[in-house]
Amino acid sequence: MLSLYQPGTSPVHRCPAWVKLLAMLVLGTAAFFLTDLRVLGAGLAVVIGAYAVARIPIAAAWKLLRGVLVMLVIVVLAQGLLGDWPTAAQVGIRLLLVIGLANLITLTTTQTAIVDTVERIATPLRVFGVRPDRIGLLIALVFRFIPVIATEAARVREAHEARGVRPGLSYLAPLVIRTLRMADGLGEALEVRGVGEDDPPRRRGARVRG
Amino acid sequence: MRPKDIALIALFTALMCVLGLTPRIQLPLLPAPFTAQTLGVILAGGILGARRGFASMALFVLLVAIGAPVLVGGVGGLGMILGPTGGFIIAYPFGALVTGLLIERWWPKLNYLTAFLAGFIGGALVLYVIGQPWLITVSAKVSLADGWWSWIVYLPGDLIKTAIAAGIIVTVKKAYPLITPRRTDATPAAA
Repeated sequence: MLSLYQPGTSPVHRCPAWVKLLAMLVLGTAAFFLTDLRVLGAGLAVVIGAYAVARIPIAAAWKLLRGVLVMLVIVVLAQGLLGDWPTAAQVGIRLLLVIGLANLITLTTTQTAIVDTVERIATPLRVFGVRPDRIGLLIALVFRFIPVIATEAARVREAHEARGVRPGLSYLAPLVIRTLRMADGLGEALEVRGVGEDDPPRRRGARVRG
Repeated sequence: MRPKDIALIALFTALMCVLGLTPRIQLPLLPAPFTAQTLGVILAGGILGARRGFASMALFVLLVAIGAPVLVGGVGGLGMILGPTGGFIIAYPFGALVTGLLIERWWPKLNYLTAFLAGFIGGALVLYVIGQPWLITVSAKVSLADGWWSWIVYLPGDLIKTAIAAGIIVTVKKAYPLITPRRTDATPAAA
């Protein structure tokens, strides 16, 4: 399953998605104005405590953190070597705090809940011709087609290997063309089902062309 | 938005995710590992055009934000976006947009060189202009001037990626043209 969500029933899990996102926005912004190491350290401790409350397995938390850790180390080292070490500690703790918080939301909130929230937040974007209700459909389509395209990619690469083409990125052009051809079929299938027809007449006037 | 557009946007985003699944390639003489994912940014703009390319990459950023492990290395989540390299991810739609606009303008006489230029401006420069200040801001007190050099590390990889992407854009233009050229006299293109 293409999700990093860790199922659970803790208070962190049950907290509505918009509250969590708002909390992150507020705390994340606040963290950038805080310079006191003790306050930042306390903040980090609270975030770590929240992981414990949510009963996140350490392996799951680590898997997410690993992605940014290399960059984090580089940033802190650069700060320490080019500037001073207290500031480097400040930057390191601050980033850990913000990233840890964001990852906690990722781990404790279902994608459906986040998509719902995004759709609600995106409602004002209607003026620009964005259809918030399309977002869910698009995401579903992407998840449906990732395995299909991954299989195609493997197939093209095998065909290349069979013909003795050196492994590299040569499979990309045929893969792109196969993807576009797939889009033809999918486009027709959507059209037949009446999905993505132009907006209902009453909305048409409200659309702004970019 | 026509059904075909929805299909193209969704499938290209899926392709972008698949590019993230491919292993990192460590090329000799290149300091930073080479991933095919930023190549997808150039392809989105250069093959789908500015509007659909932007939408496709915006959808990709949204997927990252909602916690789909679609970035290289099977990671994702808001932490990646708020992290030091988050600016580069946020820049993806804008990179695709700029590449798309240039390709649309140069479409009738598009060749390898113009495709390369469009890809480099959108897929490397735009990413750099948005991502680098972000990196420096997030990592605080290092001054902007001190941080500039760090991009040089990515330059050789970016040049190779753009070269590959330009080749694909030109090939796909012949095999499967999707872009309506943008006229300089600014006639609104037919929907």
